[in-house]
Parts: sequence; C-alpha cells; structure tokens
Amino acid sequence: MARNHLGSKSPFRTATLWLIWGWLLIFALLPNILVIAVSFLTRDSSAFISLPVSIDSYVRMVDPLYFEVFVHSLWMAGITTVICLLLGYPFAWLVSKVKVRWQPLLMLLLILPFWTNSLVRTYALKLLFANNGLINKSLLAIGAIDAPIDILYTQGAVIAGLTYLLFPFMVLPLYAVFTDLRNDMLLASQDLGASKTQTFWHVVLPLTTPGIISGVLLVLLPAMGMFYVADILGGSRNLLVGNIIKNQFLDARDWPFGAAASVLLTVAMAVLLLAYRASSRRIGKTDFNEVA
Amino acid sequence: MSHSRTLKIGSIAAKGYLGLIYTLLYLPIIVLVVMSFNKSKIGYNWGGFSLKWYESLFNNQAMLDAFWHSIVLGLVAATVSTLIGTLTALALHRYNFRGKGLLNGLLFVLMMSPEIVLAISLLALFLLIGLQLGFVSLLLAHITFCLPFVVITVFARLSSLDERLMEAARDLGANESTMVRTVLIPVILPAVMAGWLLAFTLSLDDVVVSTFVTGPSYEILPLRIYSMVRVGLKPEVNAIGTLLLVASLVLVVISQLLLRKR
Amino acid sequence: MTDPSPNTHKTSASPQDDKTLLQLNGIKKTYDQTEVLKDINLDIKHGEFLTLLGPSGCGKTTLLRLIAGFEQPNAGTIYLDGVQMAGLSADKRPVNTVFQQYALFPHMSVAQNVAYGLKLKKIPKDEIQTRVSEMLAMVQLEHLANRKPQDLSGGQQQRVAIARAVINRPKLLLLDEPLSALDHKLRLQMQSELKRLQRELGITFVFVTHDQEEALSMSDRIAVMKDGTFQQIGTPIEIYETPANLFTAKFIGETNLFRAEVKGVYPDLPDRDGKVTNGRIEVEVCEAQAQEGPTTLRNLRRPNFANDVQVGDIVNLLLRPEDLRIYDPKDNEHSGLLGRVIESNYKGSTLDSIIELTNGHIIKASEFFDEDDPSFDYKLNEGVKVSWVDGWEWVLPEDTNDTNNALAQKDGS
Repeated sequence: MARNHLGSKSPFRTATLWLIWGWLLIFALLPNILVIAVSFLTRDSSAFISLPVSIDSYVRMVDPLYFEVFVHSLWMAGITTVICLLLGYPFAWLVSKVKVRWQPLLMLLLILPFWTNSLVRTYALKLLFANNGLINKSLLAIGAIDAPIDILYTQGAVIAGLTYLLFPFMVLPLYAVFTDLRNDMLLASQDLGASKTQTFWHVVLPLTTPGIISGVLLVLLPAMGMFYVADILGGSRNLLVGNIIKNQFLDARDWPFGAAASVLLTVAMAVLLLAYRASSRRIGKTDFNEVA
Repeated sequence: MSHSRTLKIGSIAAKGYLGLIYTLLYLPIIVLVVMSFNKSKIGYNWGGFSLKWYESLFNNQAMLDAFWHSIVLGLVAATVSTLIGTLTALALHRYNFRGKGLLNGLLFVLMMSPEIVLAISLLALFLLIGLQLGFVSLLLAHITFCLPFVVITVFARLSSLDERLMEAARDLGANESTMVRTVLIPVILPAVMAGWLLAFTLSLDDVVVSTFVTGPSYEILPLRIYSMVRVGLKPEVNAIGTLLLVASLVLVVISQLLLRKR
Repeated sequence: MTDPSPNTHKTSASPQDDKTLLQLNGIKKTYDQTEVLKDINLDIKHGEFLTLLGPSGCGKTTLLRLIAGFEQPNAGTIYLDGVQMAGLSADKRPVNTVFQQYALFPHMSVAQNVAYGLKLKKIPKDEIQTRVSEMLAMVQLEHLANRKPQDLSGGQQQRVAIARAVINRPKLLLLDEPLSALDHKLRLQMQSELKRLQRELGITFVFVTHDQEEALSMSDRIAVMKDGTFQQIGTPIEIYETPANLFTAKFIGETNLFRAEVKGVYPDLPDRDGKVTNGRIEVEVCEAQAQEGPTTLRNLRRPNFANDVQVGDIVNLLLRPEDLRIYDPKDNEHSGLLGRVIESNYKGSTLDSIIELTNGHIIKASEFFDEDDPSFDYKLNEGVKVSWVDGWEWVLPEDTNDTNNALAQKDGS
C-alpha cells in the first residue's frame, strides 16, 4: 500500500521523517529507557538519583508495607476488570446484534461520557456516594436501611469509580470482535450438533478471546494507575499503585522506587500484549500491534 | 439461533439490560448537572433553581486563570500534535522507510501505556535535561500523548482514500509536497480537524500526566478542580463540571459530524 | 389471452416413489409482512441430487434454512424419513449444511474442524481419528490436516467444509451456493468432484444455486423457483427441452421466442410416426406474416396447456440457439424468416451469431462447424434466412404477465 513515490527522496519526505523520528525518539523512547535506568539506581536526597546501580528498589517492593498496598491495589483493579468484563461482554454482544444502523449511535452514547472530564465524573460519584448523597437518601426514603451506610472511602467506592470510568474501554474491543464474528459460524456450529452452550464454549469464546484480552489490557493497567480515583473516593486506606508512584516521585522523592513500580506495570503490559498476540494468531488474525 | 430469533425472544431482556447500563452511565452526570443549579449548598434538598454557583465561578479569579491556561495549552498542544500526527500518518501510509515497525511500535506503546507510566517517564526526561516545569513541560507532554490518537484518526481516513486522486495529481505534474498540499490535505481535512478536536479534548481533560509535569507557574483547570475536590464537596465544582460537560459534548458531536463527511 | 390462470403445462411435483426421504407440504414463510415462500410442496427422493434453482430473492436459501432448522415455517410440515421436523432445532436434525462462505472455524485446524461434529456426539477419540483421516483422504486433503483454514485456497476450504458436514453421515446434505466464490475453472472442477462424491457417499444432496449451467450439469432433478413458488420440477432435460412456462424457459439457457397464431386445432390427428398422442395444431409465425411472399403454416404437436388452445390464440414457439438453421436468402428450397447478421462470435466448437430479423426482433443462433466448410463465417450485415426443423420447437402459451416479452412491444399488441 505504501510505496516510494517519484520524489522518493523529496525534501518534504526527508523533513517529515526527521521530525517524526525526532519527536518519538526523544519523547517516547528515551523517557522509557530513562525510567528503566533510574529504577536500577539509588536514591539521593539532593540530586534525586545517584550511583551505585542496584536492585534495591525492586527488593523493597516486597517489603510488607508496600507489598500489601500492591496486592490490595491489584485486587481492586482486578475486581474492576472482572466487573467490567462481566457487564461489558453481554453489553458488547447485544450492541453487535441490534440493527446495524443503530449501532454507531449506541456506541457514541457509550463513549460520550468518556469525553467529559474524568475528574468531574469521579466527583459526581462522590456526590452519589456521600453519606447524605443520593444513594443513601433514596435507600433511607424507601426504608431499606435505617442509617446511612458508608460507601465513600471504602474499597467498594474505588472499585465503583474505576469501573465507571473504564467501562467503555472494555466494551470497545469486545464490540470489535463481536462484529467480526460471522453469524454463519454460529449456524455452522449449531448445524453440526452443538447446543447454544457448546457453541458459546467452542466457538464464541475462543473467537472473542482477543477482545477480552484487549479489554483487560485497557482496564487493568490504567486502573492501577488512576490515583485520583483513589484520592477522591477511597481516602488514605485504599491506595492504588498509582498513588504509590506519585508519592514516591513527587513527595518522598524516591525515584528509583517509583521507577521500579512503573517498570513493573510496563512489564505487566508487555505480558498482556504477548498474550493478545498469541490469541490473535490462534484465530488467524495477524493485523495487530499496529497503530497504522 | 438465527439473527431475528435472538432479538425477538430476548428482546425485552436485552433492551432492559442495555437501558440499565446506559442509565447507570449517565446517572452521575445528570445528578451533577441538576445539582449545579441547586440553591442549597450541601445535601439533596432542592433549594430552588439558582445560578449562584455559576456566578461564583466567574468571580473566582484563580478558577478563571486556570481555565484560560487550560484553553491556551489545549489549543497549542492540539495544533502541534495535529501537525506532527498528520505528517506521521501520511508518512506511514505513503512511504516505505526503514524502521517502520519500530515507529508503529513506539506509537502503540504511547497509546497503550498507562498514563502514569507515561507521566513519570516524561518527568524523568524533563528533569534530566534540566527543564523548568511549567507551560513548556506541560505542552511537550500533552503533544506527546495526543499524538497517537491523531495518527489513528488521520490514518483511518487515509486508508479509505481513493489512490487515483493522488496519482492524477502526480500525472499532471505536481511534485510530492505540492500534491500533498493541494490535493491530499484538503481531502482529508475533516479527519484532520476531527483529530484536532480529539487532541484538544484529551488535553483539556488530562489529570494524571499533568499532575507530574506541571509547575507552580502554570496552573491548569483539571488540577485546580482536583485540589478542590479532594476535600469535601464544593458546589462550584458542579457548575464547572457541567460547563466542561457541555463543552466536551459539543466538541464530540462536531468531531463525529466531521468524520461522517466524505 | 385474457385468462389469468397459471400459464403452464400441467406437471407433477412429486414422483410416485416410495423411497421419499424429505417431504415438504404447504410450506409458507413470511418475513416482515413479505411472503418469502408461498406454498411449497416437494418430495425429495433418497440418494438424489436435487437443485433449487432461481434468481436471487426467489426464496431458495430461505427454503434451505427451513430444512436445516435455522428457522421454522409459518405454515406447513416437514417430514424427514417419516419424522416430523417441526419442533426440532438445527442441532437435533440429521441434516448438515455446507455454507456459502464455508464458515470454517479459524481457531481450529482442518482436522479439528472436520472432527467437530463427532466430538460433540462424544464419539471415542480413536474412532474420531480414523474417521477424520478417512474423510480427509476422500477429499484429498490429508496433507493439510494440521493447517489452519485461512492458509488454504478457496477450493481446499470448500472441500474441508464438505468433509466437516459429511463426516456426520447426515441423511440429507444441504449446500448453499458453495461454488459461487470460486473461479470458473475451479468451479467446473468442483462440480464434477461434488457429483462424484455424492455418488460415492450415496447421500441425498439439496443444492442451491442461481447458475443454471451448474444446475443442468450436476442435478438429477431441478426445482426452478421464482417469488417463493416452484415454477417447474423435473430432470435437467425436461427443464431445458420442455420448460413449463416462459420464466423457466428464459431462465435456463438461451431462448428465441417466436409468436405464432393458431390457425387450426386437430386433437385427433396422428404425429409423424403415425401414432396419435395429443393431436396437432397449425400455426402461422407472426413474423412470417410481416414478410413478403407466401408463408407456410407449421404443423406442430398440440400442447397440453391448462386451458386448451383454440383457433386465434397466440402461442410462443421456443427455440434454443442450436435448434435454428441459417440459410442463404436466395435458397429457395427452404422457407424462413429474413434478417441480417449483426454479430458473429467464434466459440471454438460453435459459431454463435446474433441476427436481426426484418421486424427488428433479435435472435441468437449457434451452429456447429461443418467439417466440409472450415472457413464458415458470416460477414457483418450479411443477409440470411432463419428457420428450424419442424418438431424441434417447444410450444409455450402467450404470457400476458410477462413484461420481459419484447415481442409484444414490437408487434404493438
């Protein structure tokens, strides 16, 4: 599709390529390398980092204090991902089955909230969850509870907040695989004797797995990093990895440690990407891993 | 298990489920908007319709400054990233060059990385080169994270283009840059504008990256709001929230209309 | 003719055969207020290769889906080997389908695809393995057993789809335009492949296509469909040589239609061989009336229409391109219709010509090459005389509903 046109070494092309490469190498590649490098250095009170090289920061992550936070953070992000998946899978399937001309509208309605400021939406949840917030007021009004229940500042609130913000990201890749799923495959499975459950297990699930992994990728990792949700809805008890990184970098100035946490997140992302590639290959799709 | 069958049988359940999810998605937003007009400060007793929170917004100088800063930042970041992004999309679509895979990979990583990873990597870079944190650092960061999204938007449009338009231009004697300037860009302009709007919205919205690379000299709106909402409830936030909501809505709708244009 | 009753020859839809496998009675199907299938009655015999042939939208695919069990009819019954199919969903019917785009599972290998149906029936692993190997050998794909379907060519994918269906030993195999995605040569190859396979396996095939050549070459019987009803059901020869109505005549093969006025009806006269069958009629070809010179009446077999033919009726004489004879206009031995050649195409074994008669009627002729005259050809605008051997025509009624009848417009009637 792309080819070298007649002016294959035209000045325009040269300038363009210099600009693009320049920007991406400086602002995309270099920073990541720096972070990896920093994670292997030692903390310094005045210059942030100094030699010697060590794996101290990584070791510190299994320190009970931090380790617990990591696990708790993973737990909250994990639950968020699971809820998004359980709610999003049928949602995406249903949208893919309605009349085709309604689908873009439905997807637009889904994405619309995403375009509004996520801080503002998190704050809106705070309004709902507060002790004198809408939820408590309604439950009291219908007599379901006697006294306001604490929703805010629990891990439930954080999970709800993360789910609320990240739900569309689970639905988008799932919707994509569902629309790719050809109906005649389902008919063929049924024709060969499969019940609905068997068709789901043997055909639908394997073919939608890349979408599931994509969705997990787009929800789980960001969820671990969205410190403002934890701040606003979770209080000091329910921290995410993002909060740790933020604290370490901005407050405690322990860069190597913050960098190490970030590197781990990146490694997790790489693992999920590999899983995505593998599952895509398995169903014969090979056009992944490219923005363009 | 035919198509029409599935929808007939479970139709009510299906519509109910979809409706429920959409309601849950929009409920907090609706509450926010409604509350922004509520006279009473706290609580949910409807104190009457009032615009006082909007008024107090306009009297809040710090807020107005932050708002203005965000707008300026957004405008510049969107424009620069649209420029670079469009060129990138063009290069990826039209040229063969070494390292195309790496380029794609870098863009992909930029897009997929959790924002916080991006944030600290950029912070590390800025501090390494001794850059004073403020407008410039924010700008560079915003341009960077908007880039992949512009590329995707423009590239998608390029992929669906009719090559023959370009070939006709070359045939008539236009060299590469002239052709791009006079034929290609005008045709893909709606997509480019949609990309700009996307970048603008992302910039306006950003919290995570901005938290790390911002400096005291240039306060932007999301961070101002952030500092306000960390402690308790502030009705002014309802008002600014509603305004931002409406603004985003308008931008998204325009963007969609642009993308539909052929 | 103002009679609106069906302009067809009387035909029978079901053979009086007790080896019937599938019986469709009174099938009706409606989608969104449109009646897609109007009144379908069909008996399919054990071991036969039956083709449902028709233009797109005629309902043939819908009918196939009803038999497969993907949909239920609004009225009517389906009996397979004496068993009611009404409540049964597709997974419970002993019927398998080969889909138009094959619908091979991309996440499974060829062997796994083929084994799918057996796996669902919980057949023991070694038996599955044996049967899969046998099946793949039968379609000559053993060497591709572990590949993914996407890596195979169209023709190979098609054979996998067939193997996957047939391995389950269904009583009936349904094929939904399976050859339409293949290129011409491959198509012809697969046609004979399928025919061979069907004979070897002895399974009853119901084949759907819109390609009449395909239908003619493969089928034991063809059911021609239009707008949700059967126009004719018969063997390929019956459909081609003796079409029941104008639609069928035009849908299959090339047609030349000559309007003729009935001048005499003689129900008791014998045929050429001396035996009395349905009697004779005398007609005068309308075109001949417009030409100068004496016109001869043609003596034909009396047709068996739903409404008996009468003097003064207009009928259509159907002649296939190969039935026409072209003579020199100066040839006084033969009478015929005058015209000129406007196009002449060498087709290898035949010379196909398009001739415009004096009244503007366009006809197509196809002549085999004569060994004695190897340089036989027509010059553009060469004058010719067109005729045919008596008895080679097939009589169809005038179809007043047929708006494609260009003749009617030309004659101004």
